[in-house]
Amino acid sequence: MSAILSRSIKTKPSAARTTATEARLGAMTAGATAGWSVTAREAALARVQSMGLPQPRDEYWRFTRPQSLVQAEAPAAALFDAGEAPVFDEIDRVKIVFIDGVFSAADSDPLELAGVTIERLAEATSDIHWAKDLYGVLEERGQDPVERPLAALNTWAATDGVLIRVSAKAEKPVNLIYRHESETSDAMLHHVIKLEEGAELTLLENGPAAARFNKVLEVDVADEARFHHVRTQGRDHERRAATHIFARLGRESLFKSFTLTANGVMTRNEAVIELLGDDAMAHVAGACMGDGREFHHDDTVFVTHDALNCESRQVFKKVLRNGATGVFQGKILVKEGAQKTDGYQISQSLLLDGDSTFLAKPELEIYADDVACSHGSTSGAIDEEAIFYLRSRGVDASTAQDLMTIAFLAEALDEIEDEALREALLERLTGWLERRRG
Amino acid sequence: MRKGKNMLEIKNLHVKLEEEDKQILKGVDLTVEAGKVHAIMGPNGSGKSTLSYVLSGREGYEVTEGSATLLGEDLLEMDPEERAALGIFLAFQYPVEIPGVGNMTFLRTAVNAQRKARGEEEISSTDFLKLVREKAKSLKIDAEMLKRPVNVGFSGGEKKRNEILQMAMLEPKLCILDETDSGLDVDAMKLVSDGVNALRDEGRGFLVITHYQRLLDHIKPDVVHIMADGRIIKTGGPELALEVEQNGYADLLAEAQ
Repeated sequence: MSAILSRSIKTKPSAARTTATEARLGAMTAGATAGWSVTAREAALARVQSMGLPQPRDEYWRFTRPQSLVQAEAPAAALFDAGEAPVFDEIDRVKIVFIDGVFSAADSDPLELAGVTIERLAEATSDIHWAKDLYGVLEERGQDPVERPLAALNTWAATDGVLIRVSAKAEKPVNLIYRHESETSDAMLHHVIKLEEGAELTLLENGPAAARFNKVLEVDVADEARFHHVRTQGRDHERRAATHIFARLGRESLFKSFTLTANGVMTRNEAVIELLGDDAMAHVAGACMGDGREFHHDDTVFVTHDALNCESRQVFKKVLRNGATGVFQGKILVKEGAQKTDGYQISQSLLLDGDSTFLAKPELEIYADDVACSHGSTSGAIDEEAIFYLRSRGVDASTAQDLMTIAFLAEALDEIEDEALREALLERLTGWLERRRG
Repeated sequence: MRKGKNMLEIKNLHVKLEEEDKQILKGVDLTVEAGKVHAIMGPNGSGKSTLSYVLSGREGYEVTEGSATLLGEDLLEMDPEERAALGIFLAFQYPVEIPGVGNMTFLRTAVNAQRKARGEEEISSTDFLKLVREKAKSLKIDAEMLKRPVNVGFSGGEKKRNEILQMAMLEPKLCILDETDSGLDVDAMKLVSDGVNALRDEGRGFLVITHYQRLLDHIKPDVVHIMADGRIIKTGGPELALEVEQNGYADLLAEAQ
């Protein structure tokens, strides 16, 4: 077993990689120099130095150019106002607002919720803290077998974030809102969420965050705990983002994550999920709409089954037009002994013209003999037959195309359990399509 | 109100496939008056379905000669949705499955799109629901079928009933039924025919395309046309359909040579 999971043969970083890595590290400082997180941060810095930051020819970055995410200076991003209410405004929730990565007390609700403790990373400066067992720990676990240097960079340098410990069923969601008000901001946030046995939390995230955004979310889901995650990102901003989710699941626990992306120049969303307790369930899904040659969206998912009778689903749908590019790299790894695994993975793109590109790399790696795993990846144009059917009933061509687009994304959206949240996202999607018409 | 007036007028219509040099319709002349049911019968490959597609605006066909008007307006220059708003409705021979789009959403989008195109107010949710339930009931379409994605997992009969439900909701001026009887058992045929007959009125014309006479036992036509090789070769009353039923098309075709 260990042979399979051992890290790919390690060579010394190339000169170009070392130069790029040093340039970036030289432009930054550690996110904290005192307190409980220092050990984890120093170890993370050592990991970055040893791995080096991603370079164009790296296997794991074959479909996505890492340059803009790696370079020392964040590329500028013009501000954008879609002129619409924030996506989760109708939902009763605890708002926590970061503007260009800086916490805004004035815009946030009090960090209070029954059965939940919420603290800011920047303010948790004591020497002893529960988050010490998770901060950078899940990230480090996720570096094997595939390196994720941008996440280690984040562990070292993150300036703020939230530390959430959930001991009961939270009565309302926590909403992290990322506002973007500076054209040159370069934000790095790191969140840690610990769900104790039987606890439940819904985490909402929305907003473009910054000109460049690097975010890590570490989630520890204990036995019988339930975690729901719904986020929207992009929304026509020129911003660039690299995000990582590292999750660890206990027995009979549930993890569900859904992301809606509407434009944004460059997005790389990585999710690394380990099912460690029997009968656990992990669903990761995403719907993305990209318009224009600049648009590049990458979902990179790694699900590891290391327990009995677990279920995992990866459902990713992308609608691409006017030269947009979509990427999906998804893996299901079933370790020896993880019998009765039920793994499902689907990645599909709807290409609205001949200029757009979808690159997919679905992978299964299975070392147990009693499992059911399926994966599929398709890329196709819109069904003209259906369009004519709709038009013959009086629906105009653009509305027909929008209806078909929403229909295409439905399987991914259906992964959102909460109806009000699903409706909020659907409205978002419809609004985006309407604005992009013609 | 338009009783006796010409609803649909087709003159010397020539149509070829856009992609290949194949002439399908070779000079069709046909007039359907308001309040009348016209049936078109003919062997396979005679151009019946092509005529229905050309009238409803499907891509892939090129009109090389002739004209087609509805209520005096030139159909051939219009987009499919404009034709629908003007009053054309095609009940498809093979209704299209649209996964992900709920039947109710589909119906409501269509009804409101047509209202909007005609400068009318959108229908309220309550009125819409009431109307759908009422029309669905007479076609034995249950609530579950209305909730499912359009035509997905529907049986052949359910798909055809769903077509008639759309027709009933959209209240078109000219209803074209393309082989609506295909794939229907006796009971389904009766349901569908009853649905169509309920829509017969003085302001509405029907063009019923069928291969067999049996549908015409239920939907009684005023005029029957026989189509072959891209032309209408014979026109007569309901008795013409019975003649076809008894003798097949061979005699008529020979006669037309």
